[in-house]
Amino acid sequence: MNQSLTTDVDVRGEHHLAHEAEHDSRLQHHFATFEQQFDAAKIGMWLFLATEVLLFGGLFVGFALQQAAHPLAFLEAHHHLDKRLGALNTVVLLFSSFTAVMAVWSAQHSRRKATTTYLLITLVCAAMFLVVKGFEYHHKFEEGLLPGMFYHHQGDTVPNQFIFYSFYFMMTGLHGIHVLAGMGAITWVLIRNLRGEFNSTYYSPVDLAALYWHLVDLIWIYLFPLLYLIT
Amino acid sequence: MATESAAHLDTTHAQTHSLSEDPHHEHGGPKIYAAVLGGLLVLTIITVAASYVNFGTGNVIVALLIASIKGSLVALFFMHLRWDKPMSAIIFCVSLFFLALFLIGCYTDLIARPPTEPTNLKVTAPPNQLGPQGGQIAPSPGHGVPGAMSPSGGGPIIPGASPEGSYGGAAAGTNRPTPQVPQH
Repeated sequence: MNQSLTTDVDVRGEHHLAHEAEHDSRLQHHFATFEQQFDAAKIGMWLFLATEVLLFGGLFVGFALQQAAHPLAFLEAHHHLDKRLGALNTVVLLFSSFTAVMAVWSAQHSRRKATTTYLLITLVCAAMFLVVKGFEYHHKFEEGLLPGMFYHHQGDTVPNQFIFYSFYFMMTGLHGIHVLAGMGAITWVLIRNLRGEFNSTYYSPVDLAALYWHLVDLIWIYLFPLLYLIT
Repeated sequence: MATESAAHLDTTHAQTHSLSEDPHHEHGGPKIYAAVLGGLLVLTIITVAASYVNFGTGNVIVALLIASIKGSLVALFFMHLRWDKPMSAIIFCVSLFFLALFLIGCYTDLIARPPTEPTNLKVTAPPNQLGPQGGQIAPSPGHGVPGAMSPSGGGPIIPGASPEGSYGGAAAGTNRPTPQVPQH
């Protein structure tokens, strides 16, 4: 196996690289080069992101259909949401996406300290997002704006608002779980970066964690106008 | 951070510089990413501002259009789709295609389905749902009349749905207003 690999690479005159790669534990033995390993990991990540799009897609389609069925209820219900908090969270997530991509860029350029800084900022932004979301949830709980059978908000003039809150909590809740998962992934990457595992040759985990984080951002970009803004 | 000093190339980097990583160095960069972030923030302000203006049904279109522009910016620049090998973009677009198929299929069904009135529809009042009126079924003025309260839907019956519900609205595709219910 190793023999054929070396020969293979020899043809392209990159023997010294292959030789070095054989001793680099970060290159799995079933890949010939770092580039091949990177591309394979990237395809795997995008396939996963595709399933995520479809996971949230089901909720988006359900939301669209129920919104068409209960336009007044959805209109009335969404007035209970605070646009300003939603906008604040949008800005926080967009900024964290920027710091995530900057972390990838720093890792690509072997700037370990900068990568650490950007990953930390991303983590702080993620925590901020969850704190704001927590305040919003708390407010909804107190007012009885809860999903399905738990809905007990008083003084409604339009019925069926519980349907909106079923979607609100399902969609933002699932998104919140993704934020938590993203924080976990970024923490893992941060620890590995502190150990000095990444440089311009090998930074796939930084790239993939950032991709996941961008998807979380992407979903919120659609959730924010749909839940908070559309009238 | 963009004004940081030049990259500290470690020895590994120096040795493997020719290892096909070179193209990545030409891509993106702090200036482009900062410009994209600026664009995203401006679009966020625009979409919030637009929500205070009443375009009627245009509001949904404007909001989704702006969201799609923002989403494209994130996907193209932050997610590197603009510079990646095409496989990533193909996978992503296929997932969006199937999502569109899902949405279009459901919407055409919503529009095309005639209103039906199931004879075996039983409606029970959910606990603490809407107070004393919750258990009553209002006299039906007959379906097709705007504001009709008859549960005339072919749509799904969700547990906890109140009898005043206009699930028929979904099947009829009429977007008729949800009937008013007296306060308790």
